[in-house]
Amino acid sequence: MSYAWNWGVLFQSPYLGWLGQGIAMTIVISLAGWAIAITIGTLIGVLHSGGRGAMRMVTGSYINLFRNVPLLLQMFLWFFVVPELLPKTVGTWLKRDLPHPEIVTAIVALGLFTASRVAVQVSAGIAAVPRGQSMAARASGLSTVQAYRHVLLPQAFRIVVPPLTSEFLTIFKNSSIALTIGVYELTAQTQQIQSFTYQGFEAFTAATVVYMAIALVVTTLMTAIERRISVAGSAAKG
Amino acid sequence: MKGRIVALAAICISAALGAASTAAAQSSDAVVDRIKAKKSIAIGYREASIPFSYIDAQGKPTGYSSDLCVKVAQTVKSALGLAELEIKWVPVNLQNRIPLVANGTVDISCESAVNTVGRQAQVDFSSPFFISSTRLLVKSKSGIAELADLNGKSIALPINSVPERLIKSLVERDKLNIRIVPVRDNSEGFLALSTDRVDAFSTDDILLFGLRGKAPSPTDYEVVGKPLSYDSYGFLVQKNSTVFLSLVNATLARLAREGELQKVYQKWFEPLGVPLSVPLATTFQIIGIPE
Repeated sequence: MSYAWNWGVLFQSPYLGWLGQGIAMTIVISLAGWAIAITIGTLIGVLHSGGRGAMRMVTGSYINLFRNVPLLLQMFLWFFVVPELLPKTVGTWLKRDLPHPEIVTAIVALGLFTASRVAVQVSAGIAAVPRGQSMAARASGLSTVQAYRHVLLPQAFRIVVPPLTSEFLTIFKNSSIALTIGVYELTAQTQQIQSFTYQGFEAFTAATVVYMAIALVVTTLMTAIERRISVAGSAAKG
Repeated sequence: MKGRIVALAAICISAALGAASTAAAQSSDAVVDRIKAKKSIAIGYREASIPFSYIDAQGKPTGYSSDLCVKVAQTVKSALGLAELEIKWVPVNLQNRIPLVANGTVDISCESAVNTVGRQAQVDFSSPFFISSTRLLVKSKSGIAELADLNGKSIALPINSVPERLIKSLVERDKLNIRIVPVRDNSEGFLALSTDRVDAFSTDDILLFGLRGKAPSPTDYEVVGKPLSYDSYGFLVQKNSTVFLSLVNATLARLAREGELQKVYQKWFEPLGVPLSVPLATTFQIIGIPE
């Protein structure tokens, strides 16, 4: 093996800057995508758990569609196909006038994909709250909205914090797929460093360490949240 | 006295033989030793680098670069005096071709690698066998002829490529207002152009000609602009394997001298409508050094 190791390349200009920009971009699209995922995912999850008939079919279709189509394909469809299906003026605006179309598309695609997974967990969390709770809430005169707001959701969220931690970790890793529509996130910047310097092993090692670090921070954060919100003696603990 | 002369002669002869054997030692290196020991040469190929190195309908590696390396293998076989030399085809891609050449899995990677100073830190390059230029693919009706005409418009560039780096620096230097849309590969670049997401797609002109040829209606597209770069393609060999590298370059030199290289070029590039350019014809003259 005659590979010439050169760790110094990671600390040289402009490669260090590229790594920094890549990390920032990964964090931005992941957090923005996560905001969409939590909002829409909770909404769909609640509607799915409480809904019947048409409502359950609509939310179920959303979950099945977004959860079962590979994210790589979804990114591609949002970026290249959707603008062609829309009316010409809207399509042109998406392609030409929208600032940073690739970043916006990546955030939307990442958010909607993860939302389907969050929805399943929120819905399962609500189902895991003992049935008596819902009945008692209604019996004490709370409306459906109030029952969800004050009784069911606070308990359900405590139950789903651990699985949501996994989703939160996954969104950072899934964000690397955004490179296929031209977003310069961490993996794309790493590949760029490799293609300019041919020091691929060093660059990919750096990316591995960064992804690990992000994962550790997220895990620590979520564990802290879990501990902080846990109710003594409740089933949601642990 | 006579005995002394004989002894002296013996010393001279053995010294000469010694020198000869030292010379023999210098006519070998790690790659040559490996080829001799295994009686096979590992040639790297790409799956879809048309027309340089790709898989044909029968699933066999073929193309301009592959053809040339088969001739390299013949040279190596006769130079090493081997009765048999098996060719082992090893698939490579953009990410692994350098490590595979560096670690000796591949003896020579025959595809479409641009020679750059940065890459020479890891591998050595053969003499150039192709020159490509960065140019623009546009829609025929757009009226765009040069990079400057794209001011206020947008261009797609393959992510992490040499053309991307070049166009970005030109845009910066000339203070042009061009929106850059990075795309993952050439087919995505073409898609962005055909769906009017961008006004031009730029990469190596030979690849642009290939994309234009595959378009549903090729006349709707045009390859325009003056060449923005001269990128020379070379075969990749392990660093510091000078004996093997000279065999490779000697093969290219002989082919260029005898006009064989030009014929192989025509075989692969005439069907694409890309005649031998003046810079490439000159390059063939330069690499065709005498025996």
